[in-house]
Amino acid sequence: MTEPLIFEISRPGRCAAILPALDVPRAELPEGLVREELPLPEVGELDLVRHYTRLSQLNHAVDIGFYPLGSCTMKYNPKINEDLCRLPGFANLHPYQAEETAQGALQLIYVLQELLKEIGGFAGVSLQPAAGAHGELTGVLIMRAYQCHRGESQRDVILVPDSAHGTNPATTSMSGLSVIEIPSDERGNVNMSALTAACQTYSNRLVGMMLTNPNTLGLFDENLEAITALVHRHGGLMYGDGANMNALLGVARPGDLGFDVLHYNLHKTFSTPHGGGGPGSGPVGVAEHLVDFLPGPVVDVDYDQSDEYPYFTLVYPSKSIGRVKAFYGHFGVMVRAYTYIRILGAAGLRRVAEYSVLNANYLKSKVEGTYHVPHDRICMHEFVCEGHFADAPDVHALDISKRLIDYGFHPPTNYFPLIVPEALMIEPTETESKEALDQFAEVLLRIAEEARTAPEVLHEAPHNAPTRRLDEVKAARELILRWK
Amino acid sequence: MKLDPEARYAQSHEWARKDGAEIVCGVTDHAQDELSDVVYVELPEVGDAFDKGDAFGVVESVKAASDVYLPMGGEVTGVNEALEDTPELVNQDPYGAGWLVRFTPSDPDEFNALMSVDEYEAFVAAEEG
Repeated sequence: MTEPLIFEISRPGRCAAILPALDVPRAELPEGLVREELPLPEVGELDLVRHYTRLSQLNHAVDIGFYPLGSCTMKYNPKINEDLCRLPGFANLHPYQAEETAQGALQLIYVLQELLKEIGGFAGVSLQPAAGAHGELTGVLIMRAYQCHRGESQRDVILVPDSAHGTNPATTSMSGLSVIEIPSDERGNVNMSALTAACQTYSNRLVGMMLTNPNTLGLFDENLEAITALVHRHGGLMYGDGANMNALLGVARPGDLGFDVLHYNLHKTFSTPHGGGGPGSGPVGVAEHLVDFLPGPVVDVDYDQSDEYPYFTLVYPSKSIGRVKAFYGHFGVMVRAYTYIRILGAAGLRRVAEYSVLNANYLKSKVEGTYHVPHDRICMHEFVCEGHFADAPDVHALDISKRLIDYGFHPPTNYFPLIVPEALMIEPTETESKEALDQFAEVLLRIAEEARTAPEVLHEAPHNAPTRRLDEVKAARELILRWK
Repeated sequence: MKLDPEARYAQSHEWARKDGAEIVCGVTDHAQDELSDVVYVELPEVGDAFDKGDAFGVVESVKAASDVYLPMGGEVTGVNEALEDTPELVNQDPYGAGWLVRFTPSDPDEFNALMSVDEYEAFVAAEEG
């Protein structure tokens, strides 16, 4: 890569801004608080613009090419989302502004809460959590608060399947609870006999179970009803990890399927930039018995102050677990998600789910003869195949992924879920055309051919990227986070 | 797959070997091979006590972070501090310089309940399918 660091193009005295003349009395800072040296880069505006424009061109983005990063739902984010969240009435709001002067923003939050309740089948929603894992933490704290409230504070165990996102056990641990791992069966479902045994062993200690459905193998658990019934019978609650909500939109509602809590990823399912492109948002939806425990503030209608128009106000649920985020959550993300939902409408959201499932199955059918798919079932919005071949034993999933970069594609998720060896987790999303899927499938098959005929090409990939193969081991062992 | 004939093995791919009254323990060659390049090892404190099968640390590779489980109950008497700066020892010499912890077993008979080298070899072969 030839682009230098911004510090390396710095020249003393250059500046990209002209500050206006001081129009208030100059304040002297106390002695001892003034630093003599501030090593910020000094560059002109053109140097600055060129530097970051060039860097942005070295990047891969969904606006440039296919981005099948499994579990991340890298769908196209419509540009109208950006237009609307930049409306001055939204963009220039101050978080300390008086409630009566921010009624439009509060209304948007209120309506988004209502929309998410309807989409997920829940009785209450809080938009506070900042991202998915934060939503998980919030959800588990709600579950724990509920158990304590009903006098069951000895409950301290959460069940987590071995196919789960790493954030599920991490959340449990952060909440001060213990994780019990439940294995999967050969069809990719939760192993029912292991679950039954764990429920019996930990019956009076069960806070609940965290389950992603469809799971990280891209499969809808065939025993879901039995699972939720079993956990509920032992006094536990069902937590739904909504990472894979894209497959369910308008088709099935987690609340109806027996989940008591679920976090949505607005940044995945509802088309807001993520993966380095912007902050996330992980609202939590809950069933009736948990509504009072939601984190605040949430927006409600104050009927006493309403006239012909409703008056929106910030309230705390009566047994709220408290604040989980400064102010009101990531409001800009909410505007984008609201825009997306209102433009698509109910019928459009259902088509999102249908096409995301169709695209994944289409792609799977094109490559499964070459790449082994360990769970041979109709998949949901993504599928997991194995990135290795019996007759090319030295080629690994990582080599295949690096080679995909040469062909202009973002690699799929590698080595996850952990229960599939050399996993390649592929999620095309609904926004890709048949031609894009055909092209990707063709390249995957070509790479499989290269693995047999020219494995060194894969081992040395990428060849056409701004950097060649990075030394991940060295980067992890000798992590340097500062330039100097 | 390298094996240590002196050691006995757990289904979670740790090995245990007698050293006087103490037990030395690490992860097997098969485990390090599955993990690939180890980049970080988190170990317990000397004096920490664990039951058989308790997670006592974490081995992290470029692919995954995995808990490691004590094959027998006991109290930790020493940890391999060299792994802090050179975690790659787990890959290079899993039964030797890449050991993880030493401990005094609470029930020395638990050693015999672990798999023998032949049993472990058959266990791995069966797991690989």
